[in-house]
Amino acid sequence: MKRLGKIALGVGLVVWTIMPIYNMILVALDDDAAEYSGHLWPSEMNFESFRVIWTQDYWYLEHFWHQFGNSCFMGFMTMVLTVAIGSLASFGLGRMRLRHGWVLGHVALLTYALPASFLAIPFVHIMHRYGLSDSLWSVIASQTMFATPYAILIFQQYGRLIPLELDDAARVDGASPGQMYWRIYLPLMAPALVAVGTYALLLAWNEYLYQFLLLSSTQSMTVAVALDQFFDSDEAPWNYMMATAIVYSLPPVATYYALRRYMVAGLTMGGVKG
Amino acid sequence: MSGVLALNRPIASAWRLRLPGPDTFWAAAFALPYAAIFLFFVLYPVIFGFWLGSSPALYTELFSSPLYLTALANTLIFVGIGVNLKMALAFLLSGFFMRKRKWVKALLVIFILPWATPALPAFMSIHWMLNGEWGFLNSVLDALFGIDGPIWLIDRWLALGADLAAYIWKQLPFWTVIFLAGRMSVPRELYEAADVDGATGFRRFVHVTVPLQANLYLVCTLLSTIWTFGDFNTITFISGGGPSMSTEVLATLGIRYAFTMSVPSLGVAAVLSALPLLVPIMVLLMRKLRTSDVQL
Repeated sequence: MKRLGKIALGVGLVVWTIMPIYNMILVALDDDAAEYSGHLWPSEMNFESFRVIWTQDYWYLEHFWHQFGNSCFMGFMTMVLTVAIGSLASFGLGRMRLRHGWVLGHVALLTYALPASFLAIPFVHIMHRYGLSDSLWSVIASQTMFATPYAILIFQQYGRLIPLELDDAARVDGASPGQMYWRIYLPLMAPALVAVGTYALLLAWNEYLYQFLLLSSTQSMTVAVALDQFFDSDEAPWNYMMATAIVYSLPPVATYYALRRYMVAGLTMGGVKG
Repeated sequence: MSGVLALNRPIASAWRLRLPGPDTFWAAAFALPYAAIFLFFVLYPVIFGFWLGSSPALYTELFSSPLYLTALANTLIFVGIGVNLKMALAFLLSGFFMRKRKWVKALLVIFILPWATPALPAFMSIHWMLNGEWGFLNSVLDALFGIDGPIWLIDRWLALGADLAAYIWKQLPFWTVIFLAGRMSVPRELYEAADVDGATGFRRFVHVTVPLQANLYLVCTLLSTIWTFGDFNTITFISGGGPSMSTEVLATLGIRYAFTMSVPSLGVAAVLSALPLLVPIMVLLMRKLRTSDVQL
């Protein structure tokens, strides 16, 4: 009886988890969204929508691969900048023991607890003032600024596992702080760098609000914004849209499953952000 | 307490070491990029935001607007029910996933799928699922039970319920994994000792598991409360704030005021009006993070 309850719970969880994903695939495989009839199984395996995306054969998808490239570029730059700025800061604060450095540490902690959507309105205005409107760099700046506090937290936590005596020994051997950072700190921090880099990449890829507010032209748009335009238009074919949604979801899902261990290790190492 | 989560050792003595000149210069140089990012992209917008929303007239306007009052009530319902229900479920499920059976481990791999899927496509799919005429959910209800399902998103309470369900669907796996890690960090011997003392089942849960995980649970709940206040995507893509703006929350209403109605100051004021609720939570969270060995 007890065992039966557990199995029922398991089945319930699978159904609950899979349903929206299954619906996505079901609609994407439908051959004609206009006559979508609400069946429960795909009537036939119709990959027409994916062909349309591949060849950009619909006016909403005209620039799809360019926009996909934009998403990749934005995610990649956010990753590089977050890891670089975060590791430099945590080295300065934690290893070099910068005087009054704790102020910056606390400031990072506060930023970490700041809801992104609450800062969006003034942020967009400031970006206009900086002349960065409709530029991918404004989105990269916003994502980097939200990801870096997490990076600093994780790096500080992980850095405590590396004995400070190592730095002293390097110093005795005449290493400059720059060399200590590059030759000792970074190589030893490799697992944390992977965890934080992945986190930043996925944060930027999955984010929507800042991209929607900051990017307006089709040339600078990312897939998230293009997908939203699709969603908002009345006559958009849902099978194309769901196929686009699947293509957009594949890179992050693949990354999650490939680097699951690093991600979970990163979370339990000392930082949480969903 | 918890081994995995507690790497936070005091290093207060290290801070007091005063460094000679060139080293201070180097250390400052290392911290400079982050300081610059913070000044130009966080501090300046924050100050600008406070300046935009500084006029008291904005708040009298807000509090006399039924739209705002509805959004405020929705925010409290969404955060209050959403966060607590999600956290309680995540905590219970983390106990279930502690089992070493093969099928439970396989289930966990499937279970984290909503966490891995980006919010936007997932919510679009759920929105479409809830369509009254052709939506997948009503098709299932019809096929299984012969029920003619409601048109979910044209009723305020059904729409808000749909927002909550989608929110829990998306967020549950993440927090379950966090609690799972918290439970895993408790040494097995402790449970074995409890077994010897006769604490099993429900009594072990109340007297061993709950006290050990209480701190982690509290910190996670506070953090999640803050983030849920700022949740924009769930409402936007599931109910769209509709029907007729009856399910707006402060985050979506602020953006609507600022960018659809082009009154940025009112948008900022709507968001800032959440501060009296947010600041105590932030203070409590900071204090918890500093004093406890649960480091998040």
